[in-house]
Amino acid sequence: MRRWPLALGLVVVAAAAGFWLFTRPAVLSPQMQQALAAHPADPQRGETVFWAAGCAGCHAAPGLAFDAPLEDRLVLSGGRRFETGFGTFVAPNVSTDTDAGIGGWTTEEFARAMLLGVSPTGAHYYPAFPYSAYGNATPQDVADLWAFWQTLPADPTPTQAHELPLPLTLRRGLGLWKLANSQVAPPPAPDDPQLARGHYLAETLAHCTECHTPRDVIGRLDSTQWMAGAPNPSGDGRIPAIPPQGWSAEDIDAYLFSGFTPEFDVAGGSMADVVVQMAQLTSEDRQAIVAYLLALPTTH
Amino acid sequence: MFQRFTALALVAGLALPIALPQAALANEAAIGARKAQFQLFAFNLGVLGGMAQGRVEYDADMAQTAADHLYHLTRHYNPALWPEGSDNANAADTRALPAIWDDLEAFAERYAALQSGAEAMQAAAGTDLASLQGALGGVGGACAACHDNFRAPAP
Repeated sequence: MRRWPLALGLVVVAAAAGFWLFTRPAVLSPQMQQALAAHPADPQRGETVFWAAGCAGCHAAPGLAFDAPLEDRLVLSGGRRFETGFGTFVAPNVSTDTDAGIGGWTTEEFARAMLLGVSPTGAHYYPAFPYSAYGNATPQDVADLWAFWQTLPADPTPTQAHELPLPLTLRRGLGLWKLANSQVAPPPAPDDPQLARGHYLAETLAHCTECHTPRDVIGRLDSTQWMAGAPNPSGDGRIPAIPPQGWSAEDIDAYLFSGFTPEFDVAGGSMADVVVQMAQLTSEDRQAIVAYLLALPTTH
Repeated sequence: MFQRFTALALVAGLALPIALPQAALANEAAIGARKAQFQLFAFNLGVLGGMAQGRVEYDADMAQTAADHLYHLTRHYNPALWPEGSDNANAADTRALPAIWDDLEAFAERYAALQSGAEAMQAAAGTDLASLQGALGGVGGACAACHDNFRAPAP
């Protein structure tokens, strides 16, 4: 009888140790660190990564019109709100301001945030930040992107807190989510060079699937319905399946470049922000995305 | 006195159930009409966009005709097409967000941007393909900027 409290105590300690172990924030692999350091970073190439990865789509100031000057999208002051079933996430200031933004970060800290979803202080980021997709970015692209980041303006707007219910405010628990999410992956990269490039752009950088694939109750993407369309987490309507039925390569390319659908309707909402950014890519890159999307195994 | 009250109550009782559906019917008509107007925008934009995207060979006369139509179709901003209560929270078959009626001034400003985009297109479309292409961004930008805040995603 005397042993029960001891056994219970051991179980609690084991559970706590397990939780602590399984929720530890990941660190960059030595190979990744070496590759980042070895690469002569090129800000010009980084600009392509910047637009392809859609950074400004979330981190630019709220309320920018479709035809706002492109420079306005380079001010990463944060403040856009993303309503989801879990609560409201507010995009943080990631400008080069050393106090309000991330201007004081090192390349490794930036890479750890983008690839692993871990802050410089070792806290997990919420998966509203699409590190699940970015995780496959090449060290070269990350280093180039960070080099481009250095050319962007600083903005003093303070970062606002996310609006989340209680258990979700404890970031350590996100380690469990990351563990549970580790099985979720896009379809494998095709061998064909153009399709492989399209796969990298669409799945890793542009993170199309973050909106176009439905999620399960804990917010993981449903691998069996990849890009099959999903309810709009922010309210009305549906995020459509891609590629939309009956659209040709020319149709998708024109849409990503101009926002015009084949019926000459025009994109709005968050997709309008995507279009502005996709329009900055080279025609070859856009066509690679189109080719990949059209080659997606249709689960819908 | 009693009779007058009864009569009033009777009238009110009869009128209410009639008045409500009538407002709904009026909104339905307005929604249909404004959607038709926007389809005409898209039809003419399609002629111009097809040429701009190189899907159809540039034809100055056809381009000018489409741009003229687009210009005239966008001239009149008719508030009667946008009655209170014809938003997607209160009416079927519309993607118009309640945000329009929260800020009618901003909505009218967006419409004015479309008008100036169409005006620039009218001046450019018949000149040559490059001019048409240059003006298309202005029109498309005006459409997208408005859809951004005032239109719900497709159901």
